[in-house]
Amino acid sequence: MQGKVVIAGIGQTEFGRHEGRSTYSLNAEAARKALADAGIEKDCVDGLFVKFPTSNFEFMYGQKLAEALGIVPRIGGVWDQGGAANASLVGYAAMAIEAGQCDIALVTFADNPKSGTRQAYQRPWGNDEVHGWFGVPAGYAMIAQRHMQQYGTRPEDLAAVAMACRRHGASNPRAQLRKQLSLDDYMASPPIVSPLRRDDCCLVSDGGAALILMSAERARSLKVDKPVPILGFGQGQTSWEVSQRPDLTTTAAKVSAATAFAAAGLTPADIDVAQIYDCFTITPLLTLEDYGFCKPGQSGAFASEGNLELGGALPMNTSGGLLSETGMPGMQLIIEGVRQMRGESVNQVPDAQHCIISNQGGIMHTHSTLLLGN
Amino acid sequence: MNLSPAFPTPILDAVNGPYWQALAAGELTFQRCEQCHHAWLPPRTECPRCLSDRPVWEQASGAARLVSWVVYHKAFNPAFADRLPYNVAVVELAEGPRLISNLVGCEDESTLRIDLALSFETRNEHGTTIPVFRPRSV
Repeated sequence: MQGKVVIAGIGQTEFGRHEGRSTYSLNAEAARKALADAGIEKDCVDGLFVKFPTSNFEFMYGQKLAEALGIVPRIGGVWDQGGAANASLVGYAAMAIEAGQCDIALVTFADNPKSGTRQAYQRPWGNDEVHGWFGVPAGYAMIAQRHMQQYGTRPEDLAAVAMACRRHGASNPRAQLRKQLSLDDYMASPPIVSPLRRDDCCLVSDGGAALILMSAERARSLKVDKPVPILGFGQGQTSWEVSQRPDLTTTAAKVSAATAFAAAGLTPADIDVAQIYDCFTITPLLTLEDYGFCKPGQSGAFASEGNLELGGALPMNTSGGLLSETGMPGMQLIIEGVRQMRGESVNQVPDAQHCIISNQGGIMHTHSTLLLGN
Repeated sequence: MNLSPAFPTPILDAVNGPYWQALAAGELTFQRCEQCHHAWLPPRTECPRCLSDRPVWEQASGAARLVSWVVYHKAFNPAFADRLPYNVAVVELAEGPRLISNLVGCEDESTLRIDLALSFETRNEHGTTIPVFRPRSV
């Protein structure tokens, strides 16, 4: 891969509540802005890669969206990996461009669980509902408990993740929640499914976000301003449900990152800034271990030593992540990665050369990694 | 007039029926592959290791260990609102299969540890016999 395909445009709606707006409308606004950012007309888009709205599955959503956008893609459709899908779609779009299946790809996602239904996040898990086993937070709490028991990870370590994201989000005018979090605030936050508290859980948001991808060569000929090269990508799937997973504290993020690092010819030591999927505070901790930024069991200490904050060893979620910028699953992390590589973030990491981005879905079932350069 | 929310009792079918019927008789069972001897829950039609379609039911000893647990402080289903806080655990049977269950006899959560030895019991839940686990006294 190594930069043959670039992200040429980014666009997003405001994040928060969009009462009465459909996901088609939110996708259209994000796409319009991404096209304008890339400086191209929609008619040259011939690839459409879509994650369907998590809160409401619709058959043939990709086709309905193509109609709403008034485009006729050569290749396109919807991909289901839960929260890993957006980063994975970037990979599929890049492969399609390299294989000559399309020239310019639009990758887009929108959802409206805040003003609409959030039922998808509270669902039961088959017959286990007779035991009271419901909802997404409980799955992550089960993993957090095991990690805390196995390695001595403390609530203060989970807090460090939330505090870093909230600090970065507080200085991001686009963030939905712009309120810093103190350790006292965190400890006083009500338990939801312990060991997870309210402030361990991501926001619920309406919004849309979109990317334009093309070959580096095409970006040159179109004179795209600040194209951001995709250096590598990878995926991994844990597959088993939480109750069936042989090991609760390692995930397929390891496989995903190994694939991406190999494609890019990079190692964790080359990374200057990270955008790590933070649906719950435990998620970045496991991801940082699986990615090789710290050893198994040491992510808690790594976080509470301040390494994830601006000025730390690995500034993470510099626009606030899912815990502060928007709860929408993943695309905002890719957009912030692009801003960092362009040198345009509100929390810019000086001289950042390489950014790693993770997206993941289910209860750490699916994982996807992107490596961007500048 | 009954205003209490409907309790989500299991929906039995040809695949999971034997599991719940055995529980009703006080027995915890799991499936074992006739071909490769892999053991698992929840019930399936094919062995997830060798894909053989000949699983057989086997009775569990009832010995288990605690893999992890959580405590709900919010009811994601209104039928559970009146029992908050309540626990849900992942339990591994001595024979290998893992399942979602509840812990009983451990009102003090601070006594719980991963890998704690557990014993199977049954509990009546709205007319369905469900498997629960109690920390084994040492």
